[in-house]
Amino acid sequence: MIDFILNDQDISTDQLPGTTVLDFVRYHKDLKGTKIGCREGDCGACTVMVGELVGNEVKYRTMTSCLMPLANAAGKHIVTVEGINPPDGSMTPVQQAMVDESGTQCGFCTVGFVMSLTNFCVDAVSSPHVSKGIDGAISAVDGNICRCTGYKSIERAGSVVSSQLSVVSSQTDVADKLDLAIKSKVVPSYFSGIKERLAKVSEKSNRQPTTDNRQLQFVSGGTDLYVQRPEHMAESDATPLLYDEHLRGIRDTETHIEIGGSATVTDLLVSPVMQSIFPQLYKHLKLVSSTPIRNMATLAGNFVNASPIGDMTVWFLALDAEITLSSPPYEGGVAAASADGVVLSRTLPLKNLYLGYKQLAKQPDEMITAIRFKKPGDDFRFNFEKVCKRTYLDIATVNTAMSMSVASASADALSITDAHISAGGVGPIPFI
Amino acid sequence: MKNIDSRSHVRGESVYLDDIPVVQGTLYACVFDSPVAHGKLKSIDTSAAEKSEGVFRVITAKDIVGENQIGGIVPDEPLLADTEVHFQGMPIAIVLAASEALSHKAAKLITAEIDELEVVTDPRVAAANGDLIVPPKKFVMGDTADAFANCEHIFEGKTEQNGQEHLYIETQGAYAVPMENGGMRVYSSTQGPTAVQRAVCRVTSLAMHQVEVDVQRLGGGFGGKEDQANAWAGIVAVATQLTKRPVKYALHRMEDMRATGKRHPYSSDYKIGLDKDLKIIAYEASFFQNAGASCDLSPPVLERTLFHCTNSYFIPNVTATAYCCRTNLPPNTAFRGFGGPQGMFVIESAITHAAEKLGVSPVEIQKRICSKTGDEFPYGQIADSEAVTSWTQADKKYDFAALQREADEFNASSKHLKKGVALMPICFGISFTKTPMNQARSLVHVYTDGSVAVSTGAVEMGQGVNTKMAQVAAKMFGLDIGHVRVHTTNTLRIANTSPTAASAAADLNGKATQLACETIRDRLFEVAKDLVEAASIEDLSLESGFVYRKGEKTSLDWPTLVMEAHLQRVNLSEHSHYATPGIGFDWTTAKGHPFAYHVYGTAIVGVTVDCLRGRYEVDYVKCCHDFGTSMNTAVDLGQIEGGIVQGLGWVTMEEVVYDEKGKLRSNALSTYKVPDIYSVPKDIDVLALETDRNNLAIFNSKAVGEPPLMYGIGAYFAIRNAVKAFTDCSPAFDLPFTPEKVLTNLYPDGDTLR
Repeated sequence: MIDFILNDQDISTDQLPGTTVLDFVRYHKDLKGTKIGCREGDCGACTVMVGELVGNEVKYRTMTSCLMPLANAAGKHIVTVEGINPPDGSMTPVQQAMVDESGTQCGFCTVGFVMSLTNFCVDAVSSPHVSKGIDGAISAVDGNICRCTGYKSIERAGSVVSSQLSVVSSQTDVADKLDLAIKSKVVPSYFSGIKERLAKVSEKSNRQPTTDNRQLQFVSGGTDLYVQRPEHMAESDATPLLYDEHLRGIRDTETHIEIGGSATVTDLLVSPVMQSIFPQLYKHLKLVSSTPIRNMATLAGNFVNASPIGDMTVWFLALDAEITLSSPPYEGGVAAASADGVVLSRTLPLKNLYLGYKQLAKQPDEMITAIRFKKPGDDFRFNFEKVCKRTYLDIATVNTAMSMSVASASADALSITDAHISAGGVGPIPFI
Repeated sequence: MKNIDSRSHVRGESVYLDDIPVVQGTLYACVFDSPVAHGKLKSIDTSAAEKSEGVFRVITAKDIVGENQIGGIVPDEPLLADTEVHFQGMPIAIVLAASEALSHKAAKLITAEIDELEVVTDPRVAAANGDLIVPPKKFVMGDTADAFANCEHIFEGKTEQNGQEHLYIETQGAYAVPMENGGMRVYSSTQGPTAVQRAVCRVTSLAMHQVEVDVQRLGGGFGGKEDQANAWAGIVAVATQLTKRPVKYALHRMEDMRATGKRHPYSSDYKIGLDKDLKIIAYEASFFQNAGASCDLSPPVLERTLFHCTNSYFIPNVTATAYCCRTNLPPNTAFRGFGGPQGMFVIESAITHAAEKLGVSPVEIQKRICSKTGDEFPYGQIADSEAVTSWTQADKKYDFAALQREADEFNASSKHLKKGVALMPICFGISFTKTPMNQARSLVHVYTDGSVAVSTGAVEMGQGVNTKMAQVAAKMFGLDIGHVRVHTTNTLRIANTSPTAASAAADLNGKATQLACETIRDRLFEVAKDLVEAASIEDLSLESGFVYRKGEKTSLDWPTLVMEAHLQRVNLSEHSHYATPGIGFDWTTAKGHPFAYHVYGTAIVGVTVDCLRGRYEVDYVKCCHDFGTSMNTAVDLGQIEGGIVQGLGWVTMEEVVYDEKGKLRSNALSTYKVPDIYSVPKDIDVLALETDRNNLAIFNSKAVGEPPLMYGIGAYFAIRNAVKAFTDCSPAFDLPFTPEKVLTNLYPDGDTLR
């Protein structure tokens, strides 16, 4: 059984774990507000909010439900538009702004924008680092495609929302920041009980690790697997990795930075460790797909996808990173001791993972559980470049990253002591 | 006045095809389509699919009860391939199964034996082979041969324009439900309910009165659901007829993209002649239209290319010829602008070419030839022109010279970022160029509680036509818009509709609604006359829910009046008909007065090109636009902004790629890029043209759907100017100007960074 909360309803379902959340809400729960535009995470019409208990608060992020296996909903709060609609038939401030500014024409993409902007409000009131300005609002809808409006009216709606937000978030007398979102009617009042309910659901939803390797189908974010082979995934007994606590986290070990294989691009983006090493982190990672996809896509997923233009692959190649590959049996995502007490795992330089086009130096049942790179010193320089047809939300035509360590050779000269350059889109595998 | 659908849109409560509650027993269709672009279909093996889980039946061409044909203009488009396949994605067989997933799974098990034939994807090759769908069309004014002899400067060249995927976010789809006596109701995501009805009747042999087509709304159309919706409706109708079961088909994105036609790619030649004062006195153009595998709407699209081949300019000697070339691509079709943008790009390219060679700004040539009222278009209509007024008002507010100076100064001090500016005038004719299509009907009911229901032939697809219809009725009855409800577009209520296209739906259906409301209102006034003791109905008016006598409010309110009229057995319903007056076109002479009016405008487009990466940003589009007198500024501004961005997309990043085997490579949103929120101009500024001229538009509010798209063309020329500011080059007139093409023009010899 998969247990989660859908809007205000507790769900316990025996649907196949590979079923997409999109199909589940539309065809099993008859919630038709979430639309199908492309089924590959590129249009955002199916965007939902996903709430996860992190420490003592519920953290909401947008995800494209078309690429999200039901398995990844386990223990989460899934919010569709029906879950934010005021029950009296009125509109939330986000919905009102979209109407007032004519941010909707045919309406088919509209709900996706509403969910992204709503998540922006919830996120911005509770996270000090999220820009509450119009840039934050626009950034929140960077994964939503509209073919009618030309976006200017949506920008205006975003501007209205962000200025309302500044007023709301200036209230400091509220203990739980989510209450601000409730008080300002961005989300309904039942959200206040979600934290307690999630704690209960999370306990229930701890699925037993798959030991039956016959059906082993790992899925982390699903952002590529569901694009490449949706039918297969829908029928698979998807074994979720995305929310596996053992596979997340970004740690500074003094000598190295260690990152769990299921860390998402967003995890990198909000990590203080990464921010301190990469001053341009935000600018660079914004070039990588879109907000909802960054919320789902994992590093390990990007690596094993073996695309010659994988953005994160190119990034980490330039850091001369190495990966940990683990073998079954697994317990909660990490390699467990086998019957004879040996934990099977090995490390490999990332650059040695790629043998040829989509060919990996990895056994089918091996899994990338960790990535690490040497902690750079103060003399570290890094740049990432990506060129594509559309600057944002596009696959790279070519991409490249470069890292170097620069030391003062003399008073007026610098010397490069260490350098790595990677290049994607120039051959069957990403080059270094 | 906001779009009346906005509240249900933002709450996710608006109903699209895939949201219609499913009737018990519904089967789900999936098509097996041709894997090759051209070939003889020898045999189809459906046996494995038939045995697949949940499959109810597989249908092929031989099962079709009616005629296996859906071609509207030329009967050259079988619903299902029978002896030949003509493009990749052409439907061959229909699988019906208990669920969508099962039908898709089974369709993959079908195989076909096809002897491949030569694949043609280039319209010039098709033309050389003589493979034209209809005979060439030609517009002639004056005598170009004679005029060229007197030209000081003559330039010739070639342009290439790629297609454009509509990318309505809601894919195509249809849902047929059997009715008694062998009839059926077909829900369809279509701009043309009557076209769907005709196609369904043709393939089922049912009479039109047995088939009800109902359209709630579309999640975007842009022309892509004008004729291209017919196939999917035909497929579910055939399936329903054979199985007596409801059948639904909502296409997956990739199915939609590979099977449906797009904006027509064109390859064109031009020859332009100027006198010593830089005035264009002669223009010749040949347009090779890539029509795809069957006719679809290609001939009228081709005609509109000719109608707009001189854009907003007056050129005394014009010869324009257009060829409708058959290739092995999906049948290309209507797309916002309908051939107009293709025609305009060629004349703008020719002007730019001349300017480049003569060492002047294109603006120097453009401004000398703006049409004036009284000038004749190449097709004989006399212009009622706003070309000069829109130009001068745009220049007055935005100051083209200052913007150009600003760019020049920036470029002088910037090494790797370069700015470019271009001026893009437009002129777009409003009316279907096929005159009989310029008619519409509206059915208005006033109920005894005072509420009003309106049905028209217009289809709501985001353009706000239902809002405008409600506005018309509300205004005529002096009511708040909340009293009016616009209902689905349904062929039982409104018969023989023209498609919602050509920007004309609001005019045609709005005028019909106005007439219906007028008739009811006058009947009500007859009743009111006695109640408020007015001398004549001329003294009466309706405002804010009350009857007014000589401008003074009476105590007679709307619901009371309506009930009283009903008790007096007065008819509270009306079905009215409107046909645009004064239009007509004679194809034997290629002269006439095809358009009710033209929409004019002038845009200034500014861009910045990153000359290291080939990327660009559109800084602004500033335009003076001819709305007439807008009846809904919120809706109309939305059409302008959306149109501009769609036009920008066409000339910049949107690249339809077919390989030499006719396989669509840009077959998903991951490989076909439309503008996202970061791609749009930082500033879109719209100035309403000040004009007091009357026109044939509803409440003088001119059509606004298509014209603004063509402002976007200016982005190509602005980017081109920025590229030329970086390096001495002459980029080919080749759309779209993708960052990749920009980069190769920036570094023409593949040379290194400078």
